[in-house]
Amino acid sequence: MKILVVDDFSTMRRIIKNLLRDLGFTNISEADDGSTALPMLQSGDFDFLVTDWNMPIMTGIDLLKAVRADERLSTMPVLLVTAEAKKDQIVEAAQAGVNGYVVKPFTAETLKEKIEKIFERINS
Amino acid sequence: MAENNQEKGITLEMARDMLAALEEGDSDRAESILEQMTLANDSELFQKLGKLTRDLHDALAGFQIDSRIVDLAENDIPDAKERLNYVVTMTEQAAHRTLNAVEESLPLTESLESQLKSLGNSWQVFRRKEMSSDDFRSLCLDLDAFFDQAGGQMKTIHSDLSDVLMAQDYQDITGQIIRRVIGLVQEVEANLVSLVRITGQKFTSGTDMKDEEEDKIKAVGPAVPGVDTSEVVSNQDDVDDLLSSLGF
Repeated sequence: MKILVVDDFSTMRRIIKNLLRDLGFTNISEADDGSTALPMLQSGDFDFLVTDWNMPIMTGIDLLKAVRADERLSTMPVLLVTAEAKKDQIVEAAQAGVNGYVVKPFTAETLKEKIEKIFERINS
Repeated sequence: MAENNQEKGITLEMARDMLAALEEGDSDRAESILEQMTLANDSELFQKLGKLTRDLHDALAGFQIDSRIVDLAENDIPDAKERLNYVVTMTEQAAHRTLNAVEESLPLTESLESQLKSLGNSWQVFRRKEMSSDDFRSLCLDLDAFFDQAGGQMKTIHSDLSDVLMAQDYQDITGQIIRRVIGLVQEVEANLVSLVRITGQKFTSGTDMKDEEEDKIKAVGPAVPGVDTSEVVSNQDDVDDLLSSLGF
């Protein structure tokens, strides 16, 4: 399982990386915004995308839309981990085809639960 | 030429007329010409004053119309104070959370170390075949107790370290809030510059600060309690409820 973690704050990337490692995922790459993440996704064989929303240049929601619009990436599971908490934003993310939405600050249990749920759905 | 001179107020003709009247001893006529001359001067002064008043009025009106400045003073600055206070609270909480975890774990590592040392010493005595059967029985009991305890203590240390890890999320959240306040400070600075421009020599219209309709889904960073209240979910459960209402 190859995972890409996208967040403009390196501290948050490290936190998510450590939590994923605790959950048994070890093949993790990082990007600091959508514009650097998208080429990585397009050229790499990633299985799962965890991304922030509020980032410079290309936001997480735009990255999600770009992933859904890309034929080869369109089915990739995407988890948004973000401090954006407006109802309109959550609805927008749902409509754009997000697989899970975690609001910051979050607990290790929440992240674990959402990731497990995403893979349960995919495998069923 | 004559028209130009008239616009300038006092004309050479007027001065000559007045001189002639004085020479003729016609003081009434001279006085009336002088009055005309003063009037012409006054009207020019009034015109200038009027133009100045209008400029000032336009400048002030233009400045007031720029509702963004009012908005900045009434809402954004108090908002920014709340946001920065929230940053202080969050960093304080994160520091305490980290310190609590460290204060709980440090004594555990010390006790584990001392237990290991004492068990290690006994083990060496046993290996040298210098241990009495009574001491061996006691070593067995000590080992049982250690296995029981150490497992639990290691679990506590693991959970404390995870807590330290999670506590670091404050950097991302407060970082986003501070960036937003920096944006506000830059906006205030730009407005101050235009204020200086207006009160200075040249007035330029204050339309460069447009009050944009806020994009509903534009990323705005973390919701700050007491500041962002409208249409913001308050926790993960609310997010889950909203998503499940959308068929997730």
